Amino acid sequence: MTSVWPQLEPLLPKVQKPARYIGGEDGAKAKFPDPSLVSWCFIYPDTYEIGLPNQGLQILYEIVNERPDARADRSYAPWGDLEELMRAEGVPLFSVEHHTPAAEFDVLAFNLSAELNYTNLVNCIDLADLPIHAADRDRSHTLVIAGGHCTYNPEPLADFLDAVVLGDGEEVVGEITDVLVAARNRPELSRRQVLERLAAVEGVYVPSLYEMTYDGPRVAAITPLSPAAPVEVPKRTVADLAEWPYPREQLVPLTEVVHDRLNVEVFRGCTRGCRFCQAGMITRPVRERPADQVRTMVAEGLRRTGYDEVTLTSLSTADFSDVEAVVAGIMDDADGGADGNGAGAGTADTGCGPVSVSLPSLRVDAFGVGIAAQLQRARRSGLTFAPEAGSWRMRRIINKLIAEADLYEAVEAAYSQGWTRVKLYFLTGLPSETDEDTLAIAELARQCVAIGKRHTNRASVTVSVGGFVPKPFTPFQWFGQNTSVELQRKINLLRDATRKMKGVQLKWHDPKATLVEGMASRGDRRMGAVIEQVWRNGGTFQEWSEHFDLDLWLQAVDDAGLSVDDLCHRHRVEDEQLPWDHLSAGLHKDFLWQDWQDALAEVGLEDCRWTPCYDCGACTGYGIEHVVASATPPAGGSQGTGSGQDWRNPQPVAVTLAPSRPATTPAAAGQPVAADRPAEHRALEEAR
Amino acid sequence: MSPPPKIRLRIWFTENGKVRFVSHRDVARLFERALRKLRLPVAYSEGFSPRPKLSFGLALSVAHESDAEYLDVELTEHVGIEDLPGALSAALPDGIDVVGVAELEPGAASLQQAITSCTWSIEVLGAPPAEVTAAVAEALAATERPLERVRKGKTAVTDVRPAILALEVVGPTGGGIELRADLATSPVSLRPAELVEVLGIDGLSEGRIRRLHQWMIIDGVRCEPVRRPDPSMGQRWQRAS
Ligand code: SF4
Repeated sequence: MTSVWPQLEPLLPKVQKPARYIGGEDGAKAKFPDPSLVSWCFIYPDTYEIGLPNQGLQILYEIVNERPDARADRSYAPWGDLEELMRAEGVPLFSVEHHTPAAEFDVLAFNLSAELNYTNLVNCIDLADLPIHAADRDRSHTLVIAGGHCTYNPEPLADFLDAVVLGDGEEVVGEITDVLVAARNRPELSRRQVLERLAAVEGVYVPSLYEMTYDGPRVAAITPLSPAAPVEVPKRTVADLAEWPYPREQLVPLTEVVHDRLNVEVFRGCTRGCRFCQAGMITRPVRERPADQVRTMVAEGLRRTGYDEVTLTSLSTADFSDVEAVVAGIMDDADGGADGNGAGAGTADTGCGPVSVSLPSLRVDAFGVGIAAQLQRARRSGLTFAPEAGSWRMRRIINKLIAEADLYEAVEAAYSQGWTRVKLYFLTGLPSETDEDTLAIAELARQCVAIGKRHTNRASVTVSVGGFVPKPFTPFQWFGQNTSVELQRKINLLRDATRKMKGVQLKWHDPKATLVEGMASRGDRRMGAVIEQVWRNGGTFQEWSEHFDLDLWLQAVDDAGLSVDDLCHRHRVEDEQLPWDHLSAGLHKDFLWQDWQDALAEVGLEDCRWTPCYDCGACTGYGIEHVVASATPPAGGSQGTGSGQDWRNPQPVAVTLAPSRPATTPAAAGQPVAADRPAEHRALEEAR
Repeated sequence: MSPPPKIRLRIWFTENGKVRFVSHRDVARLFERALRKLRLPVAYSEGFSPRPKLSFGLALSVAHESDAEYLDVELTEHVGIEDLPGALSAALPDGIDVVGVAELEPGAASLQQAITSCTWSIEVLGAPPAEVTAAVAEALAATERPLERVRKGKTAVTDVRPAILALEVVGPTGGGIELRADLATSPVSLRPAELVEVLGIDGLSEGRIRRLHQWMIIDGVRCEPVRRPDPSMGQRWQRAS
């Protein structure tokens, strides 16, 4: 193993934030680069600040480094200023531990969490001095694989990747290592033979072993080319999180990164059944970490890292069994732990100073005064709620059955406990959304500020709106995404509606970026040419607004003979072969289709954690089940019905539409023309 | 009753190797975490978002190394300081080493107020030794050295000659020439990169730069912020390594 440090060091004084490239984190393994070990380089294809905190990457990094026969380093995408110098000086992509050139590792393993990072992935392979196309690499070359949520539709990256891992990586990373250890002693094996051995590992998909044929915009067939290629590749699921208390030593960076605090995963999976939410669908079933393990991981983590802030991570932490008691326990540990001399117990700011606990993406129906008071015991971080849609009708369609009353109660709890700013997340461009539904977002915000003003004059609400991107393996995977023009129009409606509302601040995600996310999210292998061309034309760091360039994408789509409408705005039909049909997130396609039909009929679905199973496939197909400590749903109940509220009766928000701006139907406002739309959409509109 | 005197520790540390690429702000955060790991009774500010009471002296530019960095920490109670340098060094990343800790006299001036100059080792690249030696002699002989600076969008010319307290050529390094300079931080200040500019040699650039000392003047005597043991000061001042 060589090191590029001598060449890199003189470049660092010339670039922004050079601490990104030096490693040295507390918790870094920097295992001796013994060439006899199978070596992994885990790469997050965005900047160090964004990539370092990634929990999935840190978990696998530790697991590999614990093996006696393997080791792992990490790498991140260099920012443009360093990349330019690296290319000029011939310095390849390197790991931050040993500054080893990436091409000297056995495996480059990318974490893919965002579609807009796809061009960065290609750039990293190129910076590593490897051929970007998998087909041009031979046995002597490093393997390039990927995991993470985006790999549930890996087809847009099929040209570049040797293998893709679906689902939880804790077990499969070891099985892949086993294959590579065995292959080390078999130099006569071809690259293809090694890939076939990898394809035999459950959860590993090798794109080159499948052929994809097309019929116009659709996929005609996906055909295995080798007996080693399973007809359907299932995802991996870790049955019991308690067996995987990782990361044991969370990395503490030398320089500031996002989520710069202790992060402890309290459960994986979510069965609330929000129909837009890919993360919820693909990570089923719910697997809670035992509460005492959470408490130990937090106490030890705070002690080891010196952080004064911990986030209990999951898709919906307020759903964690008995979460109030767990948070109270953490606060008690921090008080007692800080009080080294046995005096002054009872306050959170003796000795070590205050510890703050934050829960991401709170569900309003599970947030009460109790939890508000617990979180308030230490320094307050911002509070974020995600009602996702403004109107009750819309929330029934997306199956996020939060009543206005629940939101107002949660907001009241927050302001009454001393918070002054609440952030609300919404999606726009949801199936069958009308302007009335969109404007209900503004009305909710207005009401929340009014509630806040009863407690503090400084009360404000930040409304954050993102354009909806239909994702694979969700009930909305058949839905044609709104055009960027339509999304911008909806955002403008909200902007106009909130302009005069005191205390309401509106933020939104660029609809042009949403468009590209949509194309990459549900595209097929033909998107590979688009990604490659955008990369060749300098389109990296597309996740960054200052670098995002829609024109590059539109030009590339055109040059590839594809159409944005087909890729993004076209409604898929029931019998259509989807580009990810040969992969499985555990969910039966007919379950998803039925749920899509239910959505269009505005029928809700309860949380299967506390109610009978719908046989979606996530447990039934794998012989596993939910691991949930508490048999009773949290406050607010199981999707409405559990709390006794009647979700079949709409609870409309009073929306006053300006007379000059009548509610427009989606069809009249930039959606594909009515004739193209599935029957259920028209039926839905007629029913209104 | 007047409030009890503040308990303050002054920490002397070095910053060498890869860690020199970490920013001043990040070093502050590293110390905050290290102090919490050791569970020292650090005093916190009041208010909505309490912060530990740490105050640094001069910021060290990114990519510069240092043998002489200082940090004052306010505590809520007295602690033993004998083992602190070792314990703090262990809690900090490689390259940041705490070499001494002292408890400050009540009322001692803050680093911000007290530091008046620094000694630097400055490597310059891109010019033959003779030319550098000549430029150094010329700078020392000059009575004025105007330097154009842009601050907050405005250009101003300052005479920085008074800030050059001492300057000499030490000798060749691997690829350049090492200078040693005492540069004032007040009333007129001069940074190492600016000194290189002031030498007025086309194409001269800075190589490795290391701060060797920070100086303050107490009763007319130049001394370092953490002094070597002095019998007349009893146990209040000590150097632990
Ligand atoms: S298989 Fe049943 S219990 Fe498991 S996630 Fe699906 S619907 Fe819920």
